[in-house]
Amino acid sequence: MDMAFPVANATAAVLTRVSAAFNAPLARAVVFGVHIDGHLVVEGLLIAVIVFQLTRKSYKPPKKPLTEKEIDELCNEWQPEPLCPPIKEGARIDTPMLESAAGPHTIVDGKEVVNFASANYLGLIGNEKIIDSCVGSLEKYGVGSCGPRGFYGTIDVHLDCEAKIANFLGTPDSILYSYGISTIFSVIPAFCKKGDIIVADEGVHWAVQNGLHLSRSTVVYFKHNDMASLASTLEKLTRGNKRAEKIRRYIVVESIYQNSGQIAPLDEIVRLKEEYRFRVILEESHSFGVLGKSGRGLAEHYGVPIEKIDIITAGMGNALATDGGFCTGSVRVVDHQRLSSSGYVFSASLPPYLASAAVSAVNYLEENPTVLSTLRSNIALLHKELSDTPGLEISSHVLSPIIFLKLKKSTGSPTTDLDLLETIAERVLKEDSVFIVTSKKSNLDRCKLPTGIRLFVSAGHTKSDIFTLSKSLKRVSASVLAD
Amino acid sequence: MVRLPYSTALTTLFSYGLLFAFGHLRDFFRRIIDSRKPTTNLKDYAPICLGHEDFYTRRLFNRVQDCCNRPIASAPDAWIDVIERYSNDGNKTIHRTSKTSRCLNLGSYNYLGFAAADEYCTPRVIESLKKYSASTCSVRVDGGNTKLHIELEELVARFVGKPAAILLGMGYATNSTIIPALIGKGGLIISDSLNHNSIVNGARGSGAAVRVFQHNNIAHLEEVLREQIAQGQPRTHRPWNKIIVIVEGIYSMEGELCKLPEVISVCKKYKAYTYLDEAHSIGAIGKSGRGVCDLLGVDPADVDIMMGTFTKSFGSCGGYIAASKEIIHHLKQTCPAHIYATSMSPPAVQQVISAIKVILGEDGTNRGAKKLAQIRENSNFFRSELKKMGFEVLGDNDSPVMPIMLYNPAKIPSFSRECLRLNVAAVVVAFPATPLLLSRARICISASHTREDLIKGLEVLSKAGDVSGIKYFPVEQEKTTAVEKLKKIQ
Repeated sequence: MDMAFPVANATAAVLTRVSAAFNAPLARAVVFGVHIDGHLVVEGLLIAVIVFQLTRKSYKPPKKPLTEKEIDELCNEWQPEPLCPPIKEGARIDTPMLESAAGPHTIVDGKEVVNFASANYLGLIGNEKIIDSCVGSLEKYGVGSCGPRGFYGTIDVHLDCEAKIANFLGTPDSILYSYGISTIFSVIPAFCKKGDIIVADEGVHWAVQNGLHLSRSTVVYFKHNDMASLASTLEKLTRGNKRAEKIRRYIVVESIYQNSGQIAPLDEIVRLKEEYRFRVILEESHSFGVLGKSGRGLAEHYGVPIEKIDIITAGMGNALATDGGFCTGSVRVVDHQRLSSSGYVFSASLPPYLASAAVSAVNYLEENPTVLSTLRSNIALLHKELSDTPGLEISSHVLSPIIFLKLKKSTGSPTTDLDLLETIAERVLKEDSVFIVTSKKSNLDRCKLPTGIRLFVSAGHTKSDIFTLSKSLKRVSASVLAD
Repeated sequence: MVRLPYSTALTTLFSYGLLFAFGHLRDFFRRIIDSRKPTTNLKDYAPICLGHEDFYTRRLFNRVQDCCNRPIASAPDAWIDVIERYSNDGNKTIHRTSKTSRCLNLGSYNYLGFAAADEYCTPRVIESLKKYSASTCSVRVDGGNTKLHIELEELVARFVGKPAAILLGMGYATNSTIIPALIGKGGLIISDSLNHNSIVNGARGSGAAVRVFQHNNIAHLEEVLREQIAQGQPRTHRPWNKIIVIVEGIYSMEGELCKLPEVISVCKKYKAYTYLDEAHSIGAIGKSGRGVCDLLGVDPADVDIMMGTFTKSFGSCGGYIAASKEIIHHLKQTCPAHIYATSMSPPAVQQVISAIKVILGEDGTNRGAKKLAQIRENSNFFRSELKKMGFEVLGDNDSPVMPIMLYNPAKIPSFSRECLRLNVAAVVVAFPATPLLLSRARICISASHTREDLIKGLEVLSKAGDVSGIKYFPVEQEKTTAVEKLKKIQ
């Protein structure tokens, strides 16, 4: 209390002295007719200090690049991983070796077996007319075409094959690729660029996934073959999104899924596509030459006009018993691929004898449509026979030529599932001479559908072949899966 | 390397500028005319190709479409039947006629002459076709593995000099599916700037980081390696899992060999793995046809992975990878093209087996050695003659690929059409396969070309070169060319 007064007095005295100094006549100068009060001096000094500070360089810790010696040390220390992991003990590496043509009956590892492992749906392997046309081609053109399509690798049989396929399907034009799986992973990046939207089924096979990855578009997957999930995905993507009208949008589906044997409901998909303004890319490798009254594929099966499907691709290594692939659609679609599809431009063209085999195969299909009814009755018979297999259930569609059997009760891990199925396949081959295969996966494949046994039914199989298979499979699976 | 004089660069840029300006003008008028037409049923759909994406195709490439995609009606041998085509609407649509003209083939990749029917190969191919049929309709791991496939894998491994090999049905798919199986996220790929599109696609599909080094520049490769190992992965600076350096044996657009011994020594020093793509060099160069390792004296055990295709020198289709047993075993379990793609067609496999046996001399004759000597002699003769005539020719000696520089966009169709008129089938390449200013004509020599064929080819190229004005270098006047010498003898 006593201290307060002297302090207050001292402060007041200092303040009066300072304000007197500011208001002193010395501080009251007139420069150019402007009054300069004392506080202006203080402000002037402050501005000078600020300017001084701004002109100094800011302090940054100095950047020291690595010296040559340090880089040398880092390079010496660095140890790379080995290029491949070491061979696991007990890994199955032997594949059965065929010693004759892969028709309904073939010779595997020295003995005659019934073959359910080749996708020879129309039974064209070993067909006399096709082999004759191939021999004629080989003698005229040799084996390879020795060049890409742009540099004298276009041979007249390629142009004939493209015209034949377009004619058969009823589209304006088609384009030929030299390898089955390279078709889809070249077509998708040619049309889908960064910023586009693609809605794809989650069960598509590896080649389609690779194409989607290379296209750098935004990919959204919907539940396998579930139309409600597709509708809700399309709704979510287009609702309220004004930008969605200016970018290209695609739906990518397969007609018959390799990984499960399901068939895509094309009429529903076309209805959704027209409602939400998407384009459809349909991968028809396993349905071309199989579905539809005359084998023209999924569109004929559902009665959808072929113009509604924007892009159709297919590999010819299944029903047509040759190699390579094709893509068909409107004239604009096909022409665009001739310069911007990398698997077409930068790769050698299809060997001419395979193109003439394709032409003969399509001719055969047009002249003998009864082969399709044989195939269908075989599929129905095998489906009925295998419906009561112990431990295995059929998860594929009734009309699909790929019959997919998966374990009723999975063991919980995909590797042990695959092991069990491989044991069944090996025993069926060894004990009953029937050649069947499981669906193997690469570790680069992101499809999560379960593994199973895949049976490829052909029009060349007889009823006794089918009964042999069903008897053997029921016996072996009962014995293997009982314990 | 290409030396581009300033005057040529300016005139080329000016020509392209003019073409672009005309193209945009026509696009502008097209838009005005189209806006008056009624809308089609594609309302509310974004166009499948945006205007600027195929501008180059519509306005530049379509004018000279007749120089590309020329169909032929015979085997791609030394002489071919080119189908004549015509167009009624300025090259927008081109129609076939049934007439053909016989031309000398300087464009197909037929290095050893196995393209047409061959006396040793074709009977065996037809026999295998009758036994195994045209296709196995099955993937290799299921029911597509025949005796022929196993025999070819062993033969390829022995031919190339590695312990084991794996076979795939298409050369392009080999690169684009094997690279993702070897390296993934967390790895680094260092590739030459002029690598082929299949390698670029494979590198992109693998998910690894990609860095590029200047073409054939070993100092720059070392610099990139040192910098990347020291910095590690971007932003996290963790060390890379592994580094793979990808080079090609012969670069198909330059005709140059890669500097393989230096690349191997740099990679060994920094512990990087090497991947050699021998698509154009296997079977075509080297004393016994074993490719660039044979020619440059490199031990195949020093290259980690050797890739090649059967399309060029063996007259078939397909590709292979040769490496150590562990790597091949790993690839057989993981490579998607092995697990998901139809296996190689058996007659094509038999063609390669027979072709390799001929090259190695195991068919009982010395045709293989004769073919190898013939192609080397043909390439060196042709290249030296072209240089003497004043053309600007790229590539190294012994390489059967010879690019001739054109530069200017108008010279591309003029050279190609003039050659066709004089019955020589030549190949011209422009953007996007080459840089915009560096368009070229590419000659591929074959062992089935005789000396008369080559002389006729030289005459025609010289005439077409005069018409197009592409002899950028002075003609050597002091020595008479071999053409005139031979003419004097005859």
